[in-house]
Amino acid sequence: MANHSIAHNVYVPFLEKKGFLSWILTTDHKRIGILYLVSISLFFLIAGFIALLMRFELLTPASDFVDPHTYNVLFTLHGSIMVFFFIVPGLAASFGNFLIPLMIGARDVAFPKLNIASYWIYLLGTAILLFALLKPADTGWTFYTPYSATTNTDVVLLTFGVFVLGFSSILTGLNFIVTTHKMRAPGMTWHRLPLFIWASYATAVLQLLATPVVGITLLLLITERTLGVGFFDPAKGGDPILFQNFFWFYSHPAVYIMIIPAMGVISEIIPVFSRKPIFGYKAIAYSSLGIAFISFLVWAHHMFTSGISETAAMIFSFLTFLVAIPTAIKVFNWTATLYRGSIQLHSAMLYALGFIFLFTIGGLTGVFLGALAADIHLHDTYFVVAHMHYVMIGGTVMGFFGALHFWYPKWFGKMFNETVAKIAWFFVFVGFNVTFFPQFFLGIQGMPRRYASYPAEFESLMALSTYGSWILAFGILIMAVNLISGLISGEKAPENPYNSLSLEWQMPSPPPHENFEEIPQVTDWTYGYGKKKELEV
Amino acid sequence: MTWIPEVASNLASKVDGVLFVITVLSLIFFLLITAILIIFAVKYRRKRDNEETPYITGSEPLEIIWTVIPSILLIALFVYGFVVYKEMRNPPADAVDITVTGKQWLWTFDYYNGKKTLNELYVEQNIPVRMVMISDDVLHSFFIPGFRVKQDVLPGRYVQLWFTPTKIGTFDIFCAEYCGTGHSVMLGKVNVLSPEAYDIWEHGLPGGQGQAVASLPPAELGEKIYKEKGCNACHSIDGSTLVGPSFKGVFGHTVELADGSKVEADENYIRESILEPQAKIVKGFQPVMPSFKGILSDEEVTAVIAYIKTLK
Repeated sequence: MANHSIAHNVYVPFLEKKGFLSWILTTDHKRIGILYLVSISLFFLIAGFIALLMRFELLTPASDFVDPHTYNVLFTLHGSIMVFFFIVPGLAASFGNFLIPLMIGARDVAFPKLNIASYWIYLLGTAILLFALLKPADTGWTFYTPYSATTNTDVVLLTFGVFVLGFSSILTGLNFIVTTHKMRAPGMTWHRLPLFIWASYATAVLQLLATPVVGITLLLLITERTLGVGFFDPAKGGDPILFQNFFWFYSHPAVYIMIIPAMGVISEIIPVFSRKPIFGYKAIAYSSLGIAFISFLVWAHHMFTSGISETAAMIFSFLTFLVAIPTAIKVFNWTATLYRGSIQLHSAMLYALGFIFLFTIGGLTGVFLGALAADIHLHDTYFVVAHMHYVMIGGTVMGFFGALHFWYPKWFGKMFNETVAKIAWFFVFVGFNVTFFPQFFLGIQGMPRRYASYPAEFESLMALSTYGSWILAFGILIMAVNLISGLISGEKAPENPYNSLSLEWQMPSPPPHENFEEIPQVTDWTYGYGKKKELEV
Repeated sequence: MTWIPEVASNLASKVDGVLFVITVLSLIFFLLITAILIIFAVKYRRKRDNEETPYITGSEPLEIIWTVIPSILLIALFVYGFVVYKEMRNPPADAVDITVTGKQWLWTFDYYNGKKTLNELYVEQNIPVRMVMISDDVLHSFFIPGFRVKQDVLPGRYVQLWFTPTKIGTFDIFCAEYCGTGHSVMLGKVNVLSPEAYDIWEHGLPGGQGQAVASLPPAELGEKIYKEKGCNACHSIDGSTLVGPSFKGVFGHTVELADGSKVEADENYIRESILEPQAKIVKGFQPVMPSFKGILSDEEVTAVIAYIKTLK
């Protein structure tokens, strides 16, 4: 076992140390990244399995597989686990941890001990979740009052678990902000930073500023339930709409906490497999910050039917349309990057292209919901369910899968079977669309969300959606088996299998314990692909 | 099945106009991006390693074009959506008021003429209606897809919604805001009647309805309530199982409850089941029945019991 004094000239991969304590007490950002990666993947599979149960119930109109209460519990758990335990920590905590120091040329994050402490807090939150399962809540992941204040299920424990998770998110955000400001290698100026770093930075700002609001909101709800204080109960002078304002003040920026890191991933994958510089670097970088900023000002677009005033509705609708612009700019720039490239359809690239396709659908259907008159009809129907999943699965999860396939060789030092990965992608892509595209039509026809049973007129589209969920699950299963078997029996990964110019690829796979023997001197941006004409440096 | 419910109110066609314009513009953008993605992915697919690629880092004119054009379109859509929304929010002065009360898990409608209905809303064709809505308990949302109207219903505060029904027929009312175990059975119907049919509904056939009700024997009054107050949506009289247990032969029989205990279905048991339905849940059924306290009078409850007794 190497110790620090001799580690300077011997390559010790960061995965070398074995044993439970070496993991749970680690301060290495790459190992903490793995801890998050394993945890969130587990929760993704659990919440995904719950979704399969829900879709199975919805195969037929009647409540026949599970009773309505159980169904309500299932969608509450599916939403809460997916949002708070998987997708909010998600890419930021797993790949953010692994990549930020590597990409900016640092040996670790700014506060390594705070980093592992954030993970412990995450674990504490998951422990509370397990207890909350004894009498699981049936409020939906949005915990709307007054129902959440009056149901006799255990709302307090679940919301307390989410409250605790919030601190993990805040501290991770803080850590990444400081790391990006203070730990960049010499020459790594802001405009040379990989776009994943810009995205992570915007995400971290959101985590730091927005998360406290949901913490306070859930605390108020807990106070209302346990002490009977009427913050939201109109009988006691409270206001049920106030809860929604508070909740979405966090949860709308949280949507961008979920999606912006995935946008960062796409901005890394596309140039590498096109052998082209990213098109419109500054437009993409600043649009991340623009989205982050506007995302604080659009929360009430979740509340157009709630009884807010016309003036409020008008302002929030307008701001919602504004947020579409930086998002569209990104899509155009990614697409333009492909122009005259040398495109290799690696599995990671397939996920990236899938992202652009699906996220475009997710974004455009968001325009329907931003337009006031249209939203009145579509709000709280399956249209919203479909839109949200196109952004969250079609966007974030495709970005997550893309990141898994892209950085897998670097992170684990092994290769997976590329052909199997492509087959898995095909099933995921087809299955996803078969599951969620029919839901747009269901929503337009008026099918409300969160229905345990439903009128027979919706049966054929609902059944189609359920069949799709099986295809999607099959694809994810193939992917999981492929990636896990790669860990066990995959070939050894080379240092830089895709000839990337980014810093993390200029070191052995897996990276050594403290990343860089010597902190590199950066002289150019990371996207210098292609032949420069007159501008030869 | 059509792709959108048929237009049944004055607002529906306007909302559909917004939906149509956004759909067309979205399709144009979607097809454009998809086509470019596919063309690029095919045309520039790597044929051999070390292909030469140009060093293109961006284009200011392009950035400006694809910022400005979508911005203009988006602002136009915003205005269009807002203008229609504004109309949806402002009922005409001559609209007829109907009070709606949402409670777990039914809708009650109180009309200007003193009538009161449960889950079945009656409106007259081409007469604007303003729904004044409040909730007895948690949030609900009053949603008629055929009319393209929706409004959350809040406790402790009136909210409103209006429409002019244009098409005679029966249309779905859904609760669109999650409200607990029975959320998906909180369903109603809106019956749009022709002026003649509405007049008969409002004033009854010659003879006068009030008098007729008073003179009905209890079991017949009970049958009338069974049909008019929506009991029939969940309780059959032929022994078949719907959302709730059938009324056939239930009176005087022993009922097994969800907690395993047994109870005889006598008058007091049925009375309790109507007024406090969550107190005793029959085994195999869900606690989704709304309470009829304050909706049925003592006399009416007695009448329903009398009716159930006749269902041997």
